Amino acid sequence: MSSVTDDRTSSAAPKKGFRLSMLLYDQRYRSVTIQVFFLFLLMLGAAWLIDNTVNNLRALGKDFSFAFLTAPAGYDINQRPIEYNSQMTHGRAALVGLLNTIILAILACILATVLGVIAGVLRLSNNWIVSRLITVYVEVFRNIPTLLWILIFGAIMTEAMPAPSAFRGDDPAASMLFNDAIAITNRGVYIPAIHFTQDLGSIRIGPVAPSISWLLVIVIIAASIFANKKLIEHATRVQNATGIRPKTWWKTILILIAPITLYFIALGAYLDYPELRGFNFAGGTHLRNSLIAMWLGLGIYTGAFVAENVRAGILAISRGQTEAAYALGLQPGKTMRLVILPQALRVIIPPLISQYLNITKNTSLGLAVGYMDLRSTLGGITINQTGRELEGMMLMMLIYLAISLTISGLMNIYNSRIKLKER
Amino acid sequence: MSNIESHTIAYVRDTMIPEQDPPITESGAIKWLRDNLFSGWLNTVLTLLSLLVIWWAIAAIGPWLWNTVWNAGSLRECREALGGTSGACFAVINDRWHQLMFGFYPPRLYWRPVLAFVLLFVALSPILFTNLPRKLLYFSAAYPFIAYHLLWGGSIWLPIGAALGFVAGIVAFAIVRKINGLAAIFAAVIAPVFWWLFLAGPFDATMSSILPLGLEFVRSDRFGGFLISLVIGVTGISLSLPLGILLALGRQSDMVFVKSVCVIFIEFIRGVPLITLLFTASLLLNYFLPPGTSFDLILRVIIMVTLFAAAYMAEVIRGGLAALPRGQYEAADALGLDYWKAQRLIIMPQALKISIPGIVNTFIGLFKDTTLVVFIGLLDPIGLSNAIRADTDWQGIYWELFIFIGALFFVFCFGISRYSMYLERKLKTDHR
Repeated sequence: MSSVTDDRTSSAAPKKGFRLSMLLYDQRYRSVTIQVFFLFLLMLGAAWLIDNTVNNLRALGKDFSFAFLTAPAGYDINQRPIEYNSQMTHGRAALVGLLNTIILAILACILATVLGVIAGVLRLSNNWIVSRLITVYVEVFRNIPTLLWILIFGAIMTEAMPAPSAFRGDDPAASMLFNDAIAITNRGVYIPAIHFTQDLGSIRIGPVAPSISWLLVIVIIAASIFANKKLIEHATRVQNATGIRPKTWWKTILILIAPITLYFIALGAYLDYPELRGFNFAGGTHLRNSLIAMWLGLGIYTGAFVAENVRAGILAISRGQTEAAYALGLQPGKTMRLVILPQALRVIIPPLISQYLNITKNTSLGLAVGYMDLRSTLGGITINQTGRELEGMMLMMLIYLAISLTISGLMNIYNSRIKLKER
Repeated sequence: MSNIESHTIAYVRDTMIPEQDPPITESGAIKWLRDNLFSGWLNTVLTLLSLLVIWWAIAAIGPWLWNTVWNAGSLRECREALGGTSGACFAVINDRWHQLMFGFYPPRLYWRPVLAFVLLFVALSPILFTNLPRKLLYFSAAYPFIAYHLLWGGSIWLPIGAALGFVAGIVAFAIVRKINGLAAIFAAVIAPVFWWLFLAGPFDATMSSILPLGLEFVRSDRFGGFLISLVIGVTGISLSLPLGILLALGRQSDMVFVKSVCVIFIEFIRGVPLITLLFTASLLLNYFLPPGTSFDLILRVIIMVTLFAAAYMAEVIRGGLAALPRGQYEAADALGLDYWKAQRLIIMPQALKISIPGIVNTFIGLFKDTTLVVFIGLLDPIGLSNAIRADTDWQGIYWELFIFIGALFFVFCFGISRYSMYLERKLKTDHR
């Protein structure tokens, strides 16, 4: 089969009419043949699957509808970021599960990033014992399944932590951490909660009703960060114009801290400490064992992968960059900040985001420790109760797909923005 | 000048000072300590912190490990043997060793999975180490069918019939190839499918009635423990690589339709958690198949795990393809190679070499992901650890089982990653 000779003859010879054999021999038409063949197989397969599904559904006497989402759920969810009770609908339960998934994913991403960056930098340290220790951490966590780690952390929380009753008495067997602020028990971790004496109530946005006080906190923090960014930009402009950079550090601190502090004082914010009442702790925020196990399991496991990405990113920057920066007279701190990190980040961020994607998908392992995420609510109890496997699984897959595609879409935008502009 | 100098210098030493040892702080262990552990205040703090962590870990786990009880029939016996001191009870591994390895596989047939496992290494060796005789590759090709027969048993004609399908494909390819290369590929796809759909069944039936050979049949629900992890992992690994290559090529293809199908498939699979695919396999597959068919749960899981890993593999290999300089493709064209020859001889060897780390990471990920089958009721090691804990004898035993399962996974995954490093070094052709 020499396509080259075919081409030569076809270009040398005068144009001939279309012959059927060209579908096999002529490169111009061959791809059409292959695609038609492929399409034919695919359509055949799809038709077969759909036909089977329709027949099976008819045999079972089921229709295809999502009406079950508006029926009452009838089951409880132990971790409720929004208002929910068993009288509410399956759709609402799925939303609660989705929010739990997102909360867990965000917490685990933060933990993985922090751990991973520290471990990645320390693994490159020239301190022998530290780099060995970090190597052990990375290899042990990378080579043992996540599910096992989640179960291990779950077992540590339920088996190795003291019961609430151990905190009672004059000479308790266990004591709270940080001046009676945090209690780690085998029923979960209790941490102080922030409450406002003058609460601004809540606002209804579609199915959720977030508190206005907390929405304002987010707005104020975002505004502070934006103002700080403007300040830095202004300082850079002044430096470019005059060569002298105005001092900004105290302004930065003021902008970032003052507004939020004033806001908290104005609303009379106070800390609600957990207290031992009866058989259990009350007050504060209760982080359940399932959340802690998932959070630590996913965070520390993925942290090992992030550490490897960070290490690879730093190693990818050639030594010449550091030397060039020193030759320009930059101090080590500035070399890291202005020369090495911006280049290393370009290598680190894409795999980092795919680790975030992995975390988001791995939250579906919550079932192992009873964490009520999307898979346990919509893909678990709802499916079992309503018998709507097909619709439930489709909806759940679509939601996961939407989250994943959103994250990877953001990554693509970021990648194209930081891409080296060459030629 | 030199004249004047020779006059002005009164004394020039003409004997060498005997060589002296370097100062004690600049040699041996002390220098190493100073360089590697205490080179600055930050390093000193880090060193002390690490020592603290290590000491704390040893103090917490050391005595517990040291006081291990190896022989006991239940956790209660263990505690009696320990007599109140803290200690591990690895007797559970001793007691349930066979269960953790084989699940509920019939004990008198244990030799079959063991033999399959040993033969796995024989089959793998010519693939992993190129200095072994090439004839062994024929055994590697036959191994999947041998292993299937050893593990599941049943009539020997079933795996032979399945293998003959591939033979039919190769024969069809060889015959039609003389007419046309493209048609040969179509023929190579159609012939085995035709064989499996219409001829393999009668072949199995007739041959079994003529010559009933075979091993005792073992049902899939008897499989468990590491046997199941290995079966799913090894099959998934060996099938996902070729499928991943095809998907990657499809995604790179100029054919719009083929490309879009590959992109949709890859993005869909990568966008959903494996566990949802496994649930699809266990809950939904009955909807998609003709009424009345039910096929083996392990087989369904293997298909899903393979598809899942293949999508990741495709992306890894696409990275390798993208990293290849454009000149390589053009050089292959200039030599007059057709698409498949160019891929086989020029593109793939280089692209695969570049993507070895990613491929191996996908393998390791796949092997670790076999633990997720516990969610659909297969008794992999984690599922068995739950089952063992449900037994009154071993109620409340956690750490020993976790440590054992973790250690076995660690050995496998770490071994694979070390092999990949060896492979990278061996295949390295650039001179740096």
